[in-house]
Amino acid sequence: MTARPPAGQAEAPGPAARLRAPAATRANALHPGAWWLWALGLAVAASRTTNPLLLGLIVGVAGYVVAARRTDAPWARSYGAFVKLGLFVVGLRVLFSLLLGSPIPGSHPLFTLPEVPLPDWAQGIRFGGRVTAEQLLFALYDGLKLAALLICVGAANALANPSRLLKSLPGALYEAGVAVVVAMTFAPNLVADVVRLRTARRLRGRPAGGVRALLQIGLPVIEGALERSVAVAASMDARGYGRTAQVPPAVRRTTNALTLGGLLGVCAGSYGLLAAQGAGYGLPLCVAGLVAAVAGLRLGGRRAVRTRYRPDRWGVRAWLVAGSGVAVAVLVIRTGAAVPEALHPGVVPLEAPALPVWPAVSVLVGLLPAFVAPVPPVAPTAPAAGGSPAPKDVRDVDEARKESPRP
Amino acid sequence: MIRFENVSVAYDGEAEPTLKNVDLTVPEGELVLLVGPSGVGKSTLLGAVSGLVPHFTGGTLSGRVTVDGRDTRTHPPRELADLVGTVGQDPAAHFVTDTVEDELAYGMESLGLAPSVMRRRVEETLDLLGLAELRDRPIATLSGGQQQRVAIGSVLTPHPKVLVLDEPTSALDPSAAEDVLAVLQRLVHDLGTTVLMAEHRLERVVQYADQVLLLPEAVLGPPAEIMSVSPVHPPVVALGRLAGWSPLPLSVRDARRASDPLKARLSRSPAPAPAGAAAGAAAAAPVGAAAGAARQAVDPGPGAAAVGAGAVAEAPVPRFSLFRRRRTRPVGTATATAAGTGTGTGTGTGTGTAASPAGPLVSVDRLAVRRGRVEALRQVTVRVAAGETVALMGRNGAGKSTLLGALVGMVAPTGGRVRVAGLTPHTTDPRELIRHVGLVPQEPRDLLYADTVAAECAAADADAGAAPGTCRELVSELLPGVADGTHPRDLSEGQRLALALAVVLTARPPLLLLDEPTRGLDYAAKARLVTHLRALAADGHAIVLATHDVELAAELAHRVVIVAGGEVVADGPTAEVVVSSPAFSPQVAKILAPEPWLTVEQVQEALRA
Repeated sequence: MTARPPAGQAEAPGPAARLRAPAATRANALHPGAWWLWALGLAVAASRTTNPLLLGLIVGVAGYVVAARRTDAPWARSYGAFVKLGLFVVGLRVLFSLLLGSPIPGSHPLFTLPEVPLPDWAQGIRFGGRVTAEQLLFALYDGLKLAALLICVGAANALANPSRLLKSLPGALYEAGVAVVVAMTFAPNLVADVVRLRTARRLRGRPAGGVRALLQIGLPVIEGALERSVAVAASMDARGYGRTAQVPPAVRRTTNALTLGGLLGVCAGSYGLLAAQGAGYGLPLCVAGLVAAVAGLRLGGRRAVRTRYRPDRWGVRAWLVAGSGVAVAVLVIRTGAAVPEALHPGVVPLEAPALPVWPAVSVLVGLLPAFVAPVPPVAPTAPAAGGSPAPKDVRDVDEARKESPRP
Repeated sequence: MIRFENVSVAYDGEAEPTLKNVDLTVPEGELVLLVGPSGVGKSTLLGAVSGLVPHFTGGTLSGRVTVDGRDTRTHPPRELADLVGTVGQDPAAHFVTDTVEDELAYGMESLGLAPSVMRRRVEETLDLLGLAELRDRPIATLSGGQQQRVAIGSVLTPHPKVLVLDEPTSALDPSAAEDVLAVLQRLVHDLGTTVLMAEHRLERVVQYADQVLLLPEAVLGPPAEIMSVSPVHPPVVALGRLAGWSPLPLSVRDARRASDPLKARLSRSPAPAPAGAAAGAAAAAPVGAAAGAARQAVDPGPGAAAVGAGAVAEAPVPRFSLFRRRRTRPVGTATATAAGTGTGTGTGTGTGTAASPAGPLVSVDRLAVRRGRVEALRQVTVRVAAGETVALMGRNGAGKSTLLGALVGMVAPTGGRVRVAGLTPHTTDPRELIRHVGLVPQEPRDLLYADTVAAECAAADADAGAAPGTCRELVSELLPGVADGTHPRDLSEGQRLALALAVVLTARPPLLLLDEPTRGLDYAAKARLVTHLRALAADGHAIVLATHDVELAAELAHRVVIVAGGEVVADGPTAEVVVSSPAFSPQVAKILAPEPWLTVEQVQEALRA
């Protein structure tokens, strides 16, 4: 029950000005892990319900916080893409239900699609046929739940810088993490290339749209992306990526043994946990494996010479943000237990979903970050204008023109 | 500090080694400039210092390269990272992280410096390079000049003893380039850093160099000595050689001191023909009249071009030539002649045959373009007449490329009006538009899709509806000696530009736009480009080029338009605009001011007369 950690109350006695969220800078940046915990909390809550009103509320809360606290950075623009993806999932789910039918019994037939006769071996699969209101509603609820989950992930993605999250990884995993992040930048770069080359097609007098355009620029785009990857790799190498410290062979061997042994232990342990007969040794083995793996990673960290530049600190505001997400999850589950039928409004028979009061109030706790997280600075109006003190040159030109005699 | 002992580098599949038996020693604390034409192995030599050649690029390196006593054979690049800082040609490909501050810290993190040291050095470097305001900005949102400074800063923070830079100022506007060079000079003077850099724009850097290394001969010597024999040299050196000054001046200041006798001689000769007159004459000339001028246009100054355009009557040209646009289209619509010369702005539909020779080919009225919240262009009004060459100048991110984009329909205006040959570019079908306006983008490779030159040409002919072989003929003229089967990727920077230019010219647009055409070109390639563009202008093509290269603008442009913050702040004849503005004036103008000479060529003509 960490809905409001005591830290929050400790700050409360101060003047109102101190309570207001500060402008975001590098120094007070919220730990990206806090944003992910918050978003996962909302996602857990969303996964427990199919009530469209409650799901809408969760999406609304996530959207409000994103609107209030996202920056102008390129990764922050991904939120829109996630929302669109969510809508697409809803549409797809409903479409499939329309075409393939549904096991939901229904007494409100809307219309009947022509049914495609399928051969014997495809028995149990229906294509086309009767469409009922119940089945569509069920599909819609189901799709909405998936969409809400996606939007929660999108919110975390938009609010937390992925590469900053990486900085919180243990040293031994850092290099693998960098590789992952660099690989992730591949996709946006690819998209930028596609856009650039498609506009360039216009210069050749070819229409910029259409599948053919995409096919024709495909090869140059991939070539360009590969070349860029090689260039980034060269740059990383020349800047010391992958330098390792000398460690005694004994330490190295111990590290390998611990990591491998630990992972094996975790595998065997989780098998034991899941299988029917191994419950006795499953848990201890799993825990022991985990401990060994963590020890191995920590020891492996010694080989890495890296240090970290200004890692994000987990401060009071991070506690509040993460705590609000956890609180949403816990409260929705708790309060929902009392009204299970409200969390899953029935489709057979059809009934209008009602908004359960307490779970709805619980979801609203997720709005807390919109008030406590540092406020990102207002975007500069002309990002492209030079940072060099050039504006005065321009004035000089004019003045010089007035003064100098015409040649 | 850096020693090359009998070093040769050969790449697989190439007959000749790229570097051959190079022996040199660069002492500590020197700024050494690598000069030489394209393709003599400047980048390879730089890569050998940082260990990227051959550890990363492949190829075979024989001999020995040592940096501060460390042999690059036994030390891969990452083991040299604390000693050598490297910035490649493209700063965008250099970045590993996504914000300025993280990028500056990345190298130090890899080396394992203490957090307090990192913090201090990042702050120092932010100040040194004037990046303090940008510290939290995502790198992707920075302009080219800012990115270049971040890239240099990111290799400075580990305090390397050697800095290796490949064309650090080519992509920058003149004042940003001066900023970067001032920083380099401070490093050399204050910290004793050894700097090794390659640069094509010698006029910007040669006066800062302590020594110059001339490739492919691999001679290292004092700048004045090397420059007196170097095939590539900046205008100030060309003027010095022409006037026989000794010692050879490398900076404008030294040249001014020596210039009095030359000024006296020049004052007796007539002033160069003002470039504006050339434009007027060319614009007023009847369609096709300029064709003959191209024949003589081996080497004319703007004035000479004007004379040619005005005087030569319509002459039948026996065979197809790059420099002549046919009056009738081989294929297609009746728009043909509308494109021939300046079309009245009112002709509208683009089928207008009532070409009024005096009307501007391009008319931009109160153009505004917004990108999100950013007003990229505001209230821009520009006219370009047929036969006129206009240089668009201004700092990185001022809106030059956006204006070109609006002229070619890639950018839709949010306000105002753009007319090109009577058409509204962004609503015109691209297939139709390419007959009226062609753009060679900043990265010419964007235009090239095919995997051979021949296929590219065939595609260009098909796109433009031109007779098969049209493009190939243009390529042969612009780019003699290129085989059909060559992959566009294997061409040099200058050759690729020429190929893209040929592709664009296949549709015979009367308006030709070039975005930053001299980036990465050596002087020889640039001289060829200038010759081609002059001939095109003399033939009645209107040319608009966005460039940071003041020397190019001085040689080519009749008019200069300076853009700043999305607005036009100066628009006038080249001589007037560039002479009055120190940032945009070419070296010869600075030396001979207040006399109105802009290029060595003009001076040469005058002295000959």
